[in-house]
Amino acid sequence: MSMTLPHAQHRAGLRVDLWWIPRGLVLGVLAFVIFGPLANLVLWTVAERWYFPHALPIDYGFSYWGRVFAPRGGAMESLANSLIVASLTVVVSLALAIPAGYALARLRLPFRALILIAFLIPQAFPNLPVYVNVARLFYQIGLNGTVPGVVLVHVTHGLVYAVWIATAAFAAVDAELEEAARSIGASALRAFLDVTLPLAAPGLLASAIFVFLESLDEFTGSYFVGAPDVNMLPLLLYSAGAGGNYQIASITALLLLIPSIGFMLVVERFLKSDVLSKVGQ
Amino acid sequence: MPLPLLGLMLVLPALAVIVLLFVVPLAASVAGAFEVAGRFGPTFGLGNFTKTFELYTADIVFTVLIVSLSTVLIGVLAIAIGGYLTLGENPRAVAVLRWLYRWPMFIPFIVVGQVLRTFLAKNGLMNNVLIGAGLITPLQAMSFLDWRGIVIAFVWKQTPFVALLVAGAMASVDRGTLEAARNLGASRVRILIEILVPQVATTLMVSLVLSFVTMMSVLSVPLMINVQSPTMITADIAFRINAYGDYGVANALGLVSLAISACAAWFYLRHSVRERA
Repeated sequence: MSMTLPHAQHRAGLRVDLWWIPRGLVLGVLAFVIFGPLANLVLWTVAERWYFPHALPIDYGFSYWGRVFAPRGGAMESLANSLIVASLTVVVSLALAIPAGYALARLRLPFRALILIAFLIPQAFPNLPVYVNVARLFYQIGLNGTVPGVVLVHVTHGLVYAVWIATAAFAAVDAELEEAARSIGASALRAFLDVTLPLAAPGLLASAIFVFLESLDEFTGSYFVGAPDVNMLPLLLYSAGAGGNYQIASITALLLLIPSIGFMLVVERFLKSDVLSKVGQ
Repeated sequence: MPLPLLGLMLVLPALAVIVLLFVVPLAASVAGAFEVAGRFGPTFGLGNFTKTFELYTADIVFTVLIVSLSTVLIGVLAIAIGGYLTLGENPRAVAVLRWLYRWPMFIPFIVVGQVLRTFLAKNGLMNNVLIGAGLITPLQAMSFLDWRGIVIAFVWKQTPFVALLVAGAMASVDRGTLEAARNLGASRVRILIEILVPQVATTLMVSLVLSFVTMMSVLSVPLMINVQSPTMITADIAFRINAYGDYGVANALGLVSLAISACAAWFYLRHSVRERA
């Protein structure tokens, strides 16, 4: 994906590139703003002792890693819970979002804009008072403090990404391909499964990863519905940080960072610009 | 089966989840905002709102200002990044920027809170580097862990998301138009403002509205970064529930922030209706 205009490239090639001075400066500041905080986090994970006014840790070591991963440290249990909940959330969200996204992209729906906005509701209201009421409801039907309960809360929160991106992914698939399959005798379901679904797959995969990360990130709902029976990584991070134990908080944060950064590095392979330009339309 | 009906059937399960697990508890929370404890059980009244505005008017204004300022900064930075990725003339600089800008995008808010809490502190890495580079003296070092810290955290985390969507939309704008404008002598800044931004306005608005409402509901960042008053509405809600078990005022605060978010959503709806007209 070359982004430069051909004649402009030619002109820039002739000039001795003094532009690298401002460019380098801006990119350098940006790099510091982005990687400075991350470097600080990594330093904290290996700092044995670090206090004011020392610019860098006094001793380095991995003793806190041992404490986090010790059987009683709770990190392994939290990690497993977080991964199980996130995977189940993806499965349920996609099962709901694929039919909904297809209908929103292809079929003439009454109140289409209103339905799209409806999925935004869970993002638009501060979740805290809602989760309190959800917890009360779940308590009555025995879902509080269970994995399915937490999954349902995360699905509600992640559906906006799942449905909006699935809608955009289906809208970006040429409708004529499906019509061609229908005209040579394929049933509606066959045409969908063999033509439309494979073509929309990269966008759907992107929405799956969005939902997965959203679930890993989720803190408030897990706290009210899951804790103390279902422990998750964000809860471990918050309580360690609130207790002033920055090493354990930073190690937990690093565990949460790895999948996030991994996805960031590959996101454009799944989310092509033709899909992106249709999000929210 | 007629098509609109089939469509509704396909959308229904997803909608049902939203209704049962969000709209119903939301309604309970709204009803709770008007519930005042009386001598003969709860009665309907505005007592919670009187108390809310008495105690938290400063925090409500603070929240609106912080989130609006962050949204504006995110929009400006996202347009700048998207614009350079689309119109940049040096392929190497474009590649570096493309690789660089996305890093914070998927980092969870709670991690952003932890990361920036250590980075922005008075003895954090930021001040240490500035002192080491001779840009400030140790006496000038100050903590950014107040409203500035919240804005920095929001902008740091949300800009890549908006920039990704905006850059994607800009990439699908017809190259011919851009090259024609360039050949006629239009500067890149002018092409960006007069051609690119209007063409991607819908995507920009959608992603900014999404960011706005996301920031309105973040609890971890104000709790971790801003340890003083005034603070954000979400922190107040958590405080009312944890410290007093006061669901009435907490629900009233929730309703206030719903109203603020609704203003942002209405802004978008008005825009998209005009677009389709």
